[in-house]
Amino acid sequence: MYRDFGTVLVAVILGIVMVAIPLLIQKLIAPSKKSKDKLQTYECGEEAEGSAWLQFNIRFYVIALIFLIFDVEIVFLFPWAVVFKELGLLALIEMGIFLIILIAGLAYVWVKADLDWVKRNVRYGTGRYQDVRMEKTT
Amino acid sequence: MDLLGFIIILVKVLVVFAATMLTVLVMIYLERRVSAFMQGRLGPNRVGPQGLLQPIADGIKFMMKEDIVPAGADKPIFILAPAILLIPALMTFAVIPFGSDITLFGRQIPLQVADVNVGILYVLALTSIGVYGIVLAGWSSNSKYSLLGGLRSSAQLISYELAMGLAVVSIILLSGSLKLNDIVADQQGYLFSWNVFKQPLAFIIFLVAVYAETNRLPFDLSEAEQELVGGYHTEYSSIKFAMFFMAEYANMITAAALTVTLFFGGWDFPLVDESSLGILGTVLSVCSFILKMGFFLFLFIWVRWTFPRFRYDQLMKLGWKVMLPLALFNIFITAGYLTVRALV
Repeated sequence: MYRDFGTVLVAVILGIVMVAIPLLIQKLIAPSKKSKDKLQTYECGEEAEGSAWLQFNIRFYVIALIFLIFDVEIVFLFPWAVVFKELGLLALIEMGIFLIILIAGLAYVWVKADLDWVKRNVRYGTGRYQDVRMEKTT
Repeated sequence: MDLLGFIIILVKVLVVFAATMLTVLVMIYLERRVSAFMQGRLGPNRVGPQGLLQPIADGIKFMMKEDIVPAGADKPIFILAPAILLIPALMTFAVIPFGSDITLFGRQIPLQVADVNVGILYVLALTSIGVYGIVLAGWSSNSKYSLLGGLRSSAQLISYELAMGLAVVSIILLSGSLKLNDIVADQQGYLFSWNVFKQPLAFIIFLVAVYAETNRLPFDLSEAEQELVGGYHTEYSSIKFAMFFMAEYANMITAAALTVTLFFGGWDFPLVDESSLGILGTVLSVCSFILKMGFFLFLFIWVRWTFPRFRYDQLMKLGWKVMLPLALFNIFITAGYLTVRALV
């Protein structure tokens, strides 16, 4: 096992070398005449208006959160899948319960339209939050 | 470890790296020629016979160009991002077995760089590192197009990674091992022992996810030229720009090789027992692997000129509302079938 991961280490080192060499050659042979206009960021030929590091759509964040939950689920599924044939029915039932809980989570975000890129008008909960509504974003 | 063993490892790593780079060059050439053929054009045909030296001319041109780092960019990350993308892309191929064992110098040498016991996890982990390269490239450029392209691309990659991972789980259920060698050995024998016949649904999910993971049409929203200029590599120039393309093609090669390994028996040539044929068997297995991989590489180009690009909301809908439930369903079916078969 150490031998195999040692081989991977050799591959990492060679990979770094193979990326470094072209960068070095380029540094040596390419011209370098910088000017103020050249160093501007591209914005259709106009002068760049402000920084690009500003707030972006919250939906990317929501997608990342949902991804995290399901990715952890997959991490649990891998060892389960390896030993599944030995464990049989019991493993199926246990993983079934685990998956059903997560599928309920998927159903929840689905119903709440968090999977839609163009968000529908959704009522958030009942009772205390009954009057809280999402604004129409279409 | 003895010296000969170390030399063998070094040679294998070098050969696989060189082969990957060579295939990248061939793919860049073929992509342009086949695209041209499909559109009734000629494509590059001036540099060398039939334009075969065109990728090398491209490479030299990239090297000779001035490298520009925008004044507002975050310089260290800007330089690091293409490396983060390219190094894992080159390394992934290391765990893929590309032929049956060969006997040289009186010892058996497996045609695989590293027989890691968690091979498939290694592949998935390295493809995930690629996401960092894209996000960091998009963010560090300090350009609006780059930021939008990087964000879109990362959201797309993580969405389809789920479906891809779940499709792989159903394969592991069948083989009971994370080792790619065991998965290939599991598919030996007659033609219908290939996983594609046992797991057609997983294959379709995996194939679609692969196109999304490699940012190829119809999923190339991160660099949708008409709206985002160049996506996350808008601000890159010179050799760093070339690195993004090398990484994309290296990823395609690995993806094709992985598809073959997981679903098409790897280096298996149907109805032939390679290990009994000695050196001839090894040659046959390597040829069979290259042929299958070549087909999937060609499929990448073919699909590119066949399907139009998705809209972003359609992309998310397909990923989360179709692929993910289907992949989960497939796992239930596979696990249920295996249980019933064990009980009966």
